[in-house]
Amino acid sequence: MNFSLVAAQAADSGTKMNIGDAAVVAVFGYAVVFFGLVLLMCVLYITGAVFKRRDAKAAAVKAAEVKSEAKASPEPVVDAPIAPGSAGHVKLHGVPDKEAAMIMAIVADKLQTPLNELRFTSIKEIK
Amino acid sequence: MDILQTLKDLWEGSGFHSFLVDGGWKNLVMIIISCVLLYLGIKKKFEPLLLVGIAFGCLLVNLSYFGPDSTDALYHPELWTNFLDENSEYYHSYGHILSHGGLLDILYIGVKAGIYPSLIFMGVGAMTDFGPLIANPKSLLLGAAAQMGVFLAFFGAAASGVFTGNQAAAIGIIGGADGPTAIFLTTKLAPELLGPIAIAAYSYMALIPMIQPPLMKWLTTEKERKVKMEQNRVVSKTEKIIFPIIVAMFVILLLPSTAPLIGCLMLGNLWRECGVTERLSDTVQNALMNIVTVFLGISVGATTAADSFLNVKTLLIILLGLTAFAFSTIGGLLVGKLMYVLTGGKVNPLIGSAGVSAVPMAARVSQVEGQKANPSNFLLMHAMGPNVAGVIGSAIAAGFLLAVFG
Repeated sequence: MNFSLVAAQAADSGTKMNIGDAAVVAVFGYAVVFFGLVLLMCVLYITGAVFKRRDAKAAAVKAAEVKSEAKASPEPVVDAPIAPGSAGHVKLHGVPDKEAAMIMAIVADKLQTPLNELRFTSIKEIK
Repeated sequence: MDILQTLKDLWEGSGFHSFLVDGGWKNLVMIIISCVLLYLGIKKKFEPLLLVGIAFGCLLVNLSYFGPDSTDALYHPELWTNFLDENSEYYHSYGHILSHGGLLDILYIGVKAGIYPSLIFMGVGAMTDFGPLIANPKSLLLGAAAQMGVFLAFFGAAASGVFTGNQAAAIGIIGGADGPTAIFLTTKLAPELLGPIAIAAYSYMALIPMIQPPLMKWLTTEKERKVKMEQNRVVSKTEKIIFPIIVAMFVILLLPSTAPLIGCLMLGNLWRECGVTERLSDTVQNALMNIVTVFLGISVGATTAADSFLNVKTLLIILLGLTAFAFSTIGGLLVGKLMYVLTGGKVNPLIGSAGVSAVPMAARVSQVEGQKANPSNFLLMHAMGPNVAGVIGSAIAAGFLLAVFG
């Protein structure tokens, strides 16, 4: 089927389309949307890969710098100080630090109680 | 002075008298419809920012326009008929509109010229974080799949024999679940259907929390809905800056007719992400967006004059619009299921339904349904990827239809 002919006929604003032409335009249109977005997806994967590689290189360089600095001036390992007003450490079981902080903030908000007046002993993800 | 004659003239010049003659009852019906739309916008919060304006525009035009003799009307459909008629001496004459039109005719110029929808897209771009899409480019497939309703509704409208090709294309775009795109395409292809199409598009967008969940439950299993997705990678600022430039280049080169929508969407997003234009980003997101929404709502509402709205075509448009929304949701869900199978169960198919644009409501529906199946499920950010991909997808679909029928 000649698509350009179908399109030309369809473009006549006063004309009603026959079912065959309408089906061709619908299928072709859906395919064009997929083609456009798949093309965009490929471009995003390529740029994403370039940036990931660049970030990995930068991270490796930074890590090497830190390592060499640490070797040059070894310092005694000291535990991080406990934040003022906090009541000891919270044990995390399979929960990243960021999520734990978020959970504690949400609990404090829901209880309408300042975070430093609450004591969390442990946070465990229930699977 | 003849007091009785004066009173008679006043009565015959009033809208109350017009209700009683020459199909004036249609205006009464439209006034009732506008009150229902106002109720839905204000009380039920159906897309209130636009629906309240559209409903009040509908009310104003049906209070003031009772036919071509209504000299004090705020909107004159016959002026726009002449504007579009190649044989009229006023063909494409904005000067004639400015000199003879009412307030809403003048505001409608912004719709007709495609200015308001494009500016709304600029605001949408400035408000949207494309990070989830950049982090997971596969989301674009879901955004593409969820345009299925656009083309099925187009086919249905064309096959019905009631609508022309142009009108069918404008009806189909309701399935994109994107108000500005629907208005943009309809003003270009079938301006006579703008009122019903805009009202159907915005009403169904507001009804997404009711339309989508039954389809989501029907097409997915409990096991699929429970899937917890891995956290997306962190996207760098540079990637976010480059993204709008790349999208603008690729999409506009592919389909030049998408330039007004995609160009404005990506310019707004670049202002947001580049970090040196906070003032512009803030203005576009807030002040400009609000101003344009005022003009867009009221002038779209003005196109719902009784004679052009109260007919069988409007009912068909509402029916086809619902079909379009349903099939767009189904398209997204089916490709979501396919991705679930191909990734060995790592993708929750519920995020597929978010591909129907309607940012961020469709993504919220995915989140809510995902959490119902598994309370520890957080799908919102994963669903935002297909959601914003849907905006680009519906703009491409509109661009294709405009290229074919424009």
